[in-house]
Amino acid sequence: MTISIDPQKTNNESLQPKSWLRYFSFSLDHKVIGIQYLVCGFLFYLIGGTLASAIRIELASPMSDFMPRDVYNQVLTLHGTIMIFLWIVPVVNGAFGNYLIPFYVGARDMAFPRLNAVAFWLIPPSGLMLVASYFVEGAAQAGWTAYPPLSITTPQSGQIIWILSVLLLGGSSIFGGINFIATIIKLRRPGLKLMQLPMYCWAMLGTSLLVVLSTPVLAGTLILLSFDIIANTGFFNPVLGGNVVVYQHLFWFYSHPAVYIMVLPAFGLVSEILPVHARKPLFGYTTMVFSIMGIVVLGLVVWAHHMFTSGTPPWMRLFFTIATAFIAVPTGIKFFNWVATLWGGKISINSAMLFSCGFIINFVFGGITGVALAQVPFDIHVHDTYFVVAHFHYIVYGGTVFIIFSSIYHWFPKVTGKMLTEKLGILHFIITFIGFNLCFAPQHWLGLNGMPRRVAEYDPQFQFVNQISSLGALLMAISTIPFLINVFLSVRNGKDAGDNPWKALTPEWLTSSPPPVENWKGEAPLVEEPYGYGKEISEKNKNI
Amino acid sequence: MLNKNIYLILIISLVFATSFWIGFNVNLLPAEASINAPIYDELFKILFIIGLIIFLGMTIAVIYSLFKFRKRNNQIGDGIALEGNLSLEIVWTIIPSIIVLLIGLYSYNIYDRMGGMKELNHNHEMMSSNTEKIWAGISQTSDNEIAINNLSIEVSAMQFAFLFNYPKGNFISGELHVPVDQKISMKMESKDVIHAFWVPEFRIKQDIIPGQPTILNFTPTKVGKYPIICAELCGPYHGGMRASIIVEEESDYNEWFNKNKKPEVNL
Repeated sequence: MTISIDPQKTNNESLQPKSWLRYFSFSLDHKVIGIQYLVCGFLFYLIGGTLASAIRIELASPMSDFMPRDVYNQVLTLHGTIMIFLWIVPVVNGAFGNYLIPFYVGARDMAFPRLNAVAFWLIPPSGLMLVASYFVEGAAQAGWTAYPPLSITTPQSGQIIWILSVLLLGGSSIFGGINFIATIIKLRRPGLKLMQLPMYCWAMLGTSLLVVLSTPVLAGTLILLSFDIIANTGFFNPVLGGNVVVYQHLFWFYSHPAVYIMVLPAFGLVSEILPVHARKPLFGYTTMVFSIMGIVVLGLVVWAHHMFTSGTPPWMRLFFTIATAFIAVPTGIKFFNWVATLWGGKISINSAMLFSCGFIINFVFGGITGVALAQVPFDIHVHDTYFVVAHFHYIVYGGTVFIIFSSIYHWFPKVTGKMLTEKLGILHFIITFIGFNLCFAPQHWLGLNGMPRRVAEYDPQFQFVNQISSLGALLMAISTIPFLINVFLSVRNGKDAGDNPWKALTPEWLTSSPPPVENWKGEAPLVEEPYGYGKEISEKNKNI
Repeated sequence: MLNKNIYLILIISLVFATSFWIGFNVNLLPAEASINAPIYDELFKILFIIGLIIFLGMTIAVIYSLFKFRKRNNQIGDGIALEGNLSLEIVWTIIPSIIVLLIGLYSYNIYDRMGGMKELNHNHEMMSSNTEKIWAGISQTSDNEIAINNLSIEVSAMQFAFLFNYPKGNFISGELHVPVDQKISMKMESKDVIHAFWVPEFRIKQDIIPGQPTILNFTPTKVGKYPIICAELCGPYHGGMRASIIVEEESDYNEWFNKNKKPEVNL
């Protein structure tokens, strides 16, 4: 819990992790909590993925024939909410953040270990509550955006449980954010400068600032919405003089930064993975740091681009167009730097590398449609259509989820001491990449040609393209199978990884795999050059 | 070295040529049926070509690196210890900034040509508390023009239908009939939840909001029947919330209008 190194302890045997049962306990160990986040998130990913499959089955035919219409709306609401609040946000922040950040700053745990455990243990009950709301009176059915007045007029119990669940998850996220900021700023090992930190620390610092600044706004908004539903107040209810557009401003003030809360950590993770497998230093460290902070600042002032058709005045539309489009600049810098990191390297083509490169290609595509969507006149036609659905799945699935898989392939040997099978990993990548693009690329065309989002039925001329999309979704579902087989086989019988199979230089690899409870047997190493590949420091490391 | 540059120039020109060819020859958009549509399609084409150049360029760079710089068998050691290049960083900060700025200015120009920058409710006397506030939409006409134009239509949206009120003819229709090549002005209000009015062939969309009327003006240019689609989730039958807009020659429109027109009732 403290960075001071107890000299007596260094001479003793290190503490070895207890049995696997520790993953089911209220553990204060940041590594245990990280894995708890990851496994819990993955279970919810399977639920969210099942809901996505249900949506694609419904959309394989133009008629609403697979499930009742109100159930369809519940399914799409739960799919969005689960994927955002229970899979992507907890995993890229909570799972990897908790596992890696203490290593990166040279600490033995997070700044507030008990708060950390509380933040995690808020997630399973609120997630289960959300899923269970389906069995009460039907789950929420106003979409994950819960726009009033629809969210006020649909069955109340589901909507109230949805609000309660999102409030708890938001609370968990804020606890985590405070913890990351405190850990990165205050728990750094003596001698370790800010500009020597691995890039993921900077990404998590930026993300946590966004979490702490914007999540409370969502919480306040949802509490007002719940008053409107339970106590018949009129904050957003137009019948009582409320204003529905104000809700949208408040909601997107959180929910646009939420996009960066989902992608900035992925930017950090890919910055850790690429240099290791390309055997080259991260290109342009300083500009990478500044572009993260640029994205944080700009990310807070672009929310109204979600509301270009909601009745916003012209000056506001213009301001938010320019602000949004300018996010492409710091984001573009990061992508150019990653490609420059690959350039001239000695690249190992493995699963982690392939998923990271898949991320670059998918995200560039999603970013380009994003710049187009930022332009008011462009957005007016495609707003709330399948074009937007395709765009944000390119960002959050083609971007972040690809990086989650890349990270699992990269850090699995660290956590378990075993290697994953490369053949199954590459098979997993190929099916995922083809399935993903087959599923979402055609949806751009659907949106441009007149298919709105969140519909259970559509015009017959869109059937063929929808079926291609559903076929892609089927491939995505199948791609989970080699991944799960790989994980289960490798945990038990995988090849021994040794402590540092990738010969990486970041601090988490400079201890045993799996690491001891206190992270390092002795003093935490001072890593001044986490990306010193091709240098003397890397040569020395070969002998470790 | 010279050889290398030739390949680079060749690849770049190939990327540009492909992008321009696809941009000009592949049509991804529905028919153009309003004066907004060709303006929109011009913007789309430009954004599509720029986007395709960047996407192809980045994809080729990634795949080329993976191939060219892959670790060969038995190769050990690291790549070059290159930590950055300030002039490169400056180049790829400034060039994208310029591109983004130009796109922004260009789309502002497009938006202005569509009529988006017109003040809709600049008459401050109307802002008194008992007058309803008109929220922005897209306008190609000023308020005064709308007043003398008898093509102003009141749209009300409800779960799960659109109704079109023709105040000058004193009747309500479930289909929107409009004459071709004339400015149409619609004032839209919702009776329950948020809906949206979208005609893909016109490239226009505007939310219909309860408690806050919105304005949407357009000029159809092609005779035909087009779908009006609700684009904002409004409940279980959202996917079925459709209506039709029928654009017809002025004589046909007048015939239809006069047939439905109700005499004003004098009390």
